[in-house]
Amino acid sequence: MKHDFAELRLDRVTRRFAGAGGKAFNALDELTLTVKRGEFIALLGPSGCGKSTALNCIAGLLGLSGGSIWLDQTRIDTLPPEKRGFGMVFQNYALFPHMSVAKNVGFGLRMRGITGADADAKVVHAMKLVQLIGQEHKLPGQLSGGQQQRVAIARAIVIEPPLILMDEPLSNLDAKLRIETRAEIRRIHRELDRATIYVTHDQDEALSLADRIVVMKDGVVQQIAAPKEVYEQPSNLHVARFMGYRNVLELDVVREEGDRVALTGPDVALTGMRKQPLKARRAAVAIRPDDIVVGGNTGEVNIVVAKVENVEYGGRDSLLDVVTPSGTLLHVRGPVTIARGDSVRVHVPVERALVYPLD
Amino acid sequence: MTTATPAAARVPFDRTLLLVMPAAAFMLLLFIYPFIYGLLLSFNPKSGGALANYTHFFTTDNLWPTIWTTLKLALPATLINVGFALPIAYKMRNKSRYQRWVTTILVVPITLGTVLIAEGMLIYFGPKGWLSQFLQLIHLYTGPIRLTHNFWGVLISLVISGFPFAFLLILSYITGIDPVLARAASTLGADPKAQFRHIYLPLLAPGLAMCFCLAFVQAYSVFPSAVLLGSPAGPTRVISIAAYEAAFEQYDYSLASAIAMIMGFVQLIIVAAVLGLRNLWYRGPVSGGKG
Repeated sequence: MKHDFAELRLDRVTRRFAGAGGKAFNALDELTLTVKRGEFIALLGPSGCGKSTALNCIAGLLGLSGGSIWLDQTRIDTLPPEKRGFGMVFQNYALFPHMSVAKNVGFGLRMRGITGADADAKVVHAMKLVQLIGQEHKLPGQLSGGQQQRVAIARAIVIEPPLILMDEPLSNLDAKLRIETRAEIRRIHRELDRATIYVTHDQDEALSLADRIVVMKDGVVQQIAAPKEVYEQPSNLHVARFMGYRNVLELDVVREEGDRVALTGPDVALTGMRKQPLKARRAAVAIRPDDIVVGGNTGEVNIVVAKVENVEYGGRDSLLDVVTPSGTLLHVRGPVTIARGDSVRVHVPVERALVYPLD
Repeated sequence: MTTATPAAARVPFDRTLLLVMPAAAFMLLLFIYPFIYGLLLSFNPKSGGALANYTHFFTTDNLWPTIWTTLKLALPATLINVGFALPIAYKMRNKSRYQRWVTTILVVPITLGTVLIAEGMLIYFGPKGWLSQFLQLIHLYTGPIRLTHNFWGVLISLVISGFPFAFLLILSYITGIDPVLARAASTLGADPKAQFRHIYLPLLAPGLAMCFCLAFVQAYSVFPSAVLLGSPAGPTRVISIAAYEAAFEQYDYSLASAIAMIMGFVQLIIVAAVLGLRNLWYRGPVSGGKG
């Protein structure tokens, strides 16, 4: 097994499935991606977007319908999973119920013919890395969900794979444990200095863990970029919606000056930044609730006057639903002092109002 | 320990338990009562002391060897059934286009009665049967074929009638094992052979033991095919034939009951031994975690 690799290259990887009525559809459509050693990649998207299909194709659990996968100069998409040697962490952990924790962790070594003191040392090292020392002789059924999760990670990393694949590994944990384990996964990734591909539908997870995020929809890649860029500059309306741009207003385009676009509606006039070429007279403006400023000295442009219809208390601030006289609804984050029925002036910063063609 | 009240005693009586009454009455009337009746009858021989029937059985030359005669048929038949059902069921574990067809064809014999199978086998495997005629026609083998009215006829019939049963049972055990476990093993370097050895086999072991027991008990009580396809006076004089002769040819119901008890005891020993072995293996859930 080869450990010192420079990159994993996916070249137009495609997977077709037979859909309803015998019509084939592309669960994964021409995914092209290069993962460098040391990188943490998150595949992000709603369920059915093809992210797990992509992971299974890389692991070898699913065959490709087109394209190829390369580990440096070696083509690996023709190899069965047991010949690829990638570590994989499954969503429901897939621990072997009849083997002790130590046997589970040591399974990959045993399959490689590594036994005895050499194997024991590696198992202990992996168990230390996931902080499971003392649980070696228990059966998986005797562990909590969080501990089972750690066993699954230890089992995948003990074989020192060039690539670690994780399929929504935190989705079965409760909120507190999820955040703790998240930090743990990031730490383990750093210590191993391999590459990790991590599948999730949770944008917080992707933002906090990944070096680069691959946002997918219907099997097609929407954007590949660093978390900050995906968060602040979504490439299209779909990515914007998925990244928490909850306010999407359909307005008429009045004027385009460079990237600045002026738009108008029944009782809102907004200027925003164009992110994609506009094709029609109508366009969508996407704004995050936390980018909108409530009250204060806010200047002349992009002011909306509206009435607070609903308040969701959130501790440090509140999530407000504000409605203009003609019925345009905006989700806004504002001070907790604002109550239902209040009238507010809100300001949308021009560079935080992103303009996309309608989809 | 003297004054402690068990916690269970305080649990109010669950009246839905009464629903089990009809089944319990059924068991009592049709199984437990006849069993006790037979047991007592066996200690009440036509002549001699309480154990006369048992001494008679173990000292008569055409009675006690039936235990071995039957074992020699039932054990190979059971091993063949379980042994062949396991790899075929393993191959059939994934849903595929041909899986349903193969399963159906393999299971059809379960719908046939023993007598019907015997009839068919006499026509097919007999000295002038289709198999013999066919082999002679293509000049593959021209000698006489003796697959009926001997040990082999009964063995083949036990396999034909017992295999679907073992196959269905094992198939249900195998499909109960989460296939993601094998996938996990494959990502850790286990080829299909190793996946079977390290994942499927250990998780199946308790089920295989159970299947072996059921198939064995079924085979050990062989009667119609031993008469129709075997040589009931010689190599296939099984224990149930001995019991039948005692009951309906000598009209010695007491001796027949004793033979039936011995037959049940032998079955019990084998089942207990196999289930004892089963305890050496892991027994628990066959899925790999939450979810």
